[in-house]
Amino acid sequence: MKILVCISNVPDTTSKITFTNNDSEFNTAGIQYIINPYDEIALAKAIELTNGGENGSVTVITVGEATTEATIRKALAIGADNAVRINAIPADAWFVANQIADYAKKNSFDLILTGRESIDYNGAQVGAMVAELLSLPSVSIAKSISIDGNQVNIEREIEGGKEVISATLPLVIGTAEGVAEPKIPNMRGIMAARSKPLDVVEPVDVKPLTKFTKYTTPAARGNVKLIDENNINELVNLLHSEAKVI
Amino acid sequence: MSVLVYIENTEGQFKKSAFEVATYGKDIATQLGTDVIAIAIGDIATDELTKLGNYGISKVLHVSNDNLKTFVNQAYAAIIAAAAKQHQATVVVLSNTFSVKGLAPRIATKLSAGLVSGATSLPTINGETFEVQKTAFSNKAIASVSVDSAIKVITINPNGYGVKEIGGTASIENFNAPTESSDFGTIVKDIVRATDKISLPEAEIVVSGGRGMKGPENWAMIEELAEVLGAATACSKPVSDAGWRPHSEHVGQTGIVVSPNLYIAIGISGAIQHLAGVSSSKTIVVINKDPEAPFFKVADYGIVGDAFVVVPKLIEALKSYKAN
Ligand SMILES: Cc1cc2nc3c(=O)[nH]c(=O)nc-3n(C[C@H](O)[C@H](O)[C@H](O)COP(=O)(O)OP(=O)(O)OC[C@H]3O[C@@H](n4cnc5c(N)ncnc54)[C@H](O)[C@@H]3O)c2cc1C
Ligand SMILES: Nc1ncnc2c1ncn2[C@@H]1O[C@H](COP(=O)(O)O)[C@@H](O)[C@H]1O
Repeated sequence: MKILVCISNVPDTTSKITFTNNDSEFNTAGIQYIINPYDEIALAKAIELTNGGENGSVTVITVGEATTEATIRKALAIGADNAVRINAIPADAWFVANQIADYAKKNSFDLILTGRESIDYNGAQVGAMVAELLSLPSVSIAKSISIDGNQVNIEREIEGGKEVISATLPLVIGTAEGVAEPKIPNMRGIMAARSKPLDVVEPVDVKPLTKFTKYTTPAARGNVKLIDENNINELVNLLHSEAKVI
Repeated sequence: MSVLVYIENTEGQFKKSAFEVATYGKDIATQLGTDVIAIAIGDIATDELTKLGNYGISKVLHVSNDNLKTFVNQAYAAIIAAAAKQHQATVVVLSNTFSVKGLAPRIATKLSAGLVSGATSLPTINGETFEVQKTAFSNKAIASVSVDSAIKVITINPNGYGVKEIGGTASIENFNAPTESSDFGTIVKDIVRATDKISLPEAEIVVSGGRGMKGPENWAMIEELAEVLGAATACSKPVSDAGWRPHSEHVGQTGIVVSPNLYIAIGISGAIQHLAGVSSSKTIVVINKDPEAPFFKVADYGIVGDAFVVVPKLIEALKSYKAN
């Protein structure tokens, strides 16, 4: 089985978020980038499905500038067999999806895995766009995936429950918690990653459709009102008359 | 020109999020000086469809056939995109639910439309360009997105926009589904619903427990508090990782993002990754025995105390409040 795993390079959540250029751009200075946590789940699942390369191959792809190579090397260290970097700024989901779809068309995969969403902008867009561009079926928020030959069984999260879905390969799936446990690279993996292939591919010409133009910081909450544990009725009163939520 | 809203149903019923998208769509249509049309797919009674008129919908396109009883993102996208084209919609609005996350990007792709997911404001309209706000970087920022494609697709988070009843009636029309067999690549074999529970993403009140609850055997009081309030239950990540609660209850950066009117955090420290999923809640109450717990910094109300003492008292106080 040939699997393509889409990796998004995102700021570590503990990063301090600031903006430059009159608050029109995200300030990347000093930011530690990580593999998007949901993509780590996708990667772990892909490695499990191919039995660590014995039963197929895992290609990781990222759309990003040269600065994303540390992230993609980490994916190789975790166990991907080879990597592709589309050499472009990931302008928006439409741009990214078109790059991935173009690469996938030229290199046909049995399975394309993405994370359910990137944790920077929570778009949840790229995976289903890739599927649409390739005319493939897709499942967006998978909680479990099992594959037997060509047959795929997936549990998908829905409000207050789950849906059990069957489909056949080829397919695009967005992974969430529960699909697999993220893997941590070991020393051997890190050494091996250095000699694994990382292809750099130039982007196809696509015009983005959306653009982030301005950033602000949300208004801070007022100071917390502390209520004595022996005076619980005051909390109930405040929730009723001040916050108006009960 | 028109605004098209997709109205999701659960077993033939519309939820609050459906009326929210109708309201949001109507508000955009008012700005554009046009009408808002709704599209609904599945077995839905006429009575239910007519309710949409109350929220400003002028016409409801109803699609119903046996193939479409369960959700298939490809087929649903084909239908909604076709309706958008037929009615010259320049904006398509959806609620950012689990299903829509797999649907909206397909619609946007079919229409070559820019997509904004999880919008938190009405667009500012400047000729062909829309500016829409959404949260970013784990709620640490609000980003403005500008979209200048001819058609725009916008999704709004459940519970993120108010519902306005304006009175009015909607006409109902059958819409023929332009689907092909290749649009049915996924088949729903079963739907499992925890029917007795309020669904977390849509809940107006959420009661959430963390590692401070010590073990799964202590969740009865969390559930009782939730029941008194008509709330959904949630938990922090270590709690679901330890198997004390199901993963579907885990909120935060790697879990579900909620924005209820009231979020009550019990025995949760308030790590940044947890806050990412809850900090847009309208009111936050924190119960924690450690006065230095970071959660107090983002809370509206706090009680410093032992959950095992405070929660039973709170349940009693709420019961007598509800009784009056
Ligand atoms: C990449 C990444 C993603 C993550 N994603 C998430 C996520 O999505 N959601 C999430 O929740 N976490 C997430 N985490 C984990 C997060 O960093 C914290 O570890 C986690 O939120 C802590 O959970 P907790 O508050 O329940 O436990 P703890 O941090 O152990 O806190 C327990 C709290 O309970 C209090 N307490 C103890 N006993 C009592 C008592 N008797 N009465 C009252 N209070 C008591 C303590 O004072 C303490 O504040 C993520 C971490 C990483 C690295
Ligand atoms: N720049 C990128 N390069 C490769 N894959 C990406 C990129 N951005 C997003 N993805 C994939 O698409 C998923 C959803 O991302 P998003 O639509 O940005 O929320 C992510 O979890 C990744 O798997």
